[in-house]
Amino acid sequence: MTDIGAPRLSTRQLARRRRAASYRRTWKAFAAKRSGLVGLGILVFFIVVALGAPVLASSRGLDVTLANGPVLGPPSSHYVLGTDENGRSVLTLLIWGSRISLFVGLAATVISMVIGTLLGLVSGYFGGWIGRITFRITEWFLVIPFLPLAIALAAVLGRGLFNIVIVIGVTSWPSTALLIRSQTLSIKERAYIERAEAIGAGRWHQMGRHVLPNVMPMVFANTTLTVAAAVLTETTLSFLGLGDPTHTSWGTMLDSAYQVGAITTGSWWYVIPPGVCVVLVVLAFTMIGQALEEVLNPRLRARQ
Amino acid sequence: MTTETTPEATGTAAPDAALLAIRDLHVTYATGEGGLPAVRGVDLTVARGQIVGVAGESGCGKSTLASTVLRLQPPSATVSGQVLFDGRDVLAMRWGELRAVRWAGASIVFQGALHSLNPVHRIGAQLAEPMHIHQPGLDEARVTERVAELLDQVGMAPERAKSYPHQLSGGQKQRVMIAMALACDPELVVADEPTTALDVMVQAQVLNVLSELVRGRGVGMMMISHDLSVLADLCDRITVMYAGRVIEEGPADQVFAAPLHPYSGALSAAFPRVGDPAARFAPAGLPGDPPDPRNLTEGCSFAPRCPRAAPVCLHDEPGLVAYDDRAAACVRIGEPDLEAR
Repeated sequence: MTDIGAPRLSTRQLARRRRAASYRRTWKAFAAKRSGLVGLGILVFFIVVALGAPVLASSRGLDVTLANGPVLGPPSSHYVLGTDENGRSVLTLLIWGSRISLFVGLAATVISMVIGTLLGLVSGYFGGWIGRITFRITEWFLVIPFLPLAIALAAVLGRGLFNIVIVIGVTSWPSTALLIRSQTLSIKERAYIERAEAIGAGRWHQMGRHVLPNVMPMVFANTTLTVAAAVLTETTLSFLGLGDPTHTSWGTMLDSAYQVGAITTGSWWYVIPPGVCVVLVVLAFTMIGQALEEVLNPRLRARQ
Repeated sequence: MTTETTPEATGTAAPDAALLAIRDLHVTYATGEGGLPAVRGVDLTVARGQIVGVAGESGCGKSTLASTVLRLQPPSATVSGQVLFDGRDVLAMRWGELRAVRWAGASIVFQGALHSLNPVHRIGAQLAEPMHIHQPGLDEARVTERVAELLDQVGMAPERAKSYPHQLSGGQKQRVMIAMALACDPELVVADEPTTALDVMVQAQVLNVLSELVRGRGVGMMMISHDLSVLADLCDRITVMYAGRVIEEGPADQVFAAPLHPYSGALSAAFPRVGDPAARFAPAGLPGDPPDPRNLTEGCSFAPRCPRAAPVCLHDEPGLVAYDDRAAACVRIGEPDLEAR
């Protein structure tokens, strides 16, 4: 029945070519959205800055003992964005801070998304005690005020980069889980799930092949929002002094700016740049998220 | 072409064993106000290669009956009786066994076929799905080939496999569902009002495709419809249901042309016959509404609407009485032609 020895290579090539074509089509649809492109541009800029930090600014600029600039000096030809209270270049801090802020935001989002999607799917798809227990867990996490929980967790775990990631990840998933659960509940009743059942599909097949792809656009849209929230949370926790003191992030910059009274002394160059960076990154993720949702959801896409 | 001469192909089972035998099936839905009996003691047999029609108006239990064939009834339903598929009781099967029977043994063309396709997967992937489930390890190239074959059988271009459901018309989606029903070469196809949402022209095409494929492969089919004329065209035998019970059963042409039960008579008269002047003036339709299954009256449930109800009908519910090759549940059975009322 399956006497295909020779054409196997060609089918694989065909599949690869087809996949490439489908990527091209997706990219074309995405590129047609101006806001998505702008968001992507901003994000790519920050990613390039984060990855290229060692080239753009020497890490020696972070060392307090080597700093020789003026204390809270205003922008000048040598220090484009001025200096901080230790005489370090704010621009250098900003460039190195983007690494930590982006890393924490993305890593925490991955944790949050995996937990949220999994629990949302399970609690929505399974009735009975499995669904009930997972839903109660979700509700339990939801009613605990987010910031106190995060602060308490951060305090217990200690100040470290990975601890911050874990704290944000395990505290920010409940809203995702609720969203995915409600979507799952509605998709579960669709006729194609009944068909899948009739075909003889098992529960995990139904969940993976039929429910998950239908909630995926929502997961994506929510991911970008969660990244934005995670970047903000990292800033908040660092600002409250719970961040990793050995790493510079935009949040720890704002924290030190507050500690040394940068606002009262009028040192705007120490406060505004990290704030603007946070806003830009959050905005970029939101714009990409909206464009992606339109591209990835076939129902939102115009008929061809 | 004729299917009466196939019993030797059945192998181990007794040669006259029916493909599907429903025995004294009761289905009751649990509702807030107590049980709702949707199916009350139905017997039905489908032989290999036979097309059996189930007729009746909305709410008479047709679709519930269809769902029990693959044990797809909602969890709120309590079922008793037997659904023997190839001699094995579907209602008593273990989960793994049931999954194997689903689609590989018996498949369904759903009533809401227009919504039975997942909007985010391509047609080809969805057609391939039952094959992936029931023949794991099947070569990918072979699956693609088979998908093209299936699409071709229902008169669609193989390139359609790359389309998403929203790019197809209603009739095309229905054809895809028919193709899917045949994907694993089932022995039984249950068609639950396969043409409900389609216009008359498309309906005729779809029914043709379906009946040709079923006849050509010698698989059994249980076809559910409210349209007795459609069933009379396609089926070998027809079962008429009313309020969850079988009220008439017999060869398709006879049930349609010369019904024994007054309700079958009304169903049959509801569809105009071309070239029959008498039918144009005969009063069509039936006064009243179908009975509420929650409070069925004593006696024959059709009695309140029956033009020929006798006093006894209000007390005793008649059972199915054999009459030649047919059976009907009516005390008036054998009396002069209904149409002469």
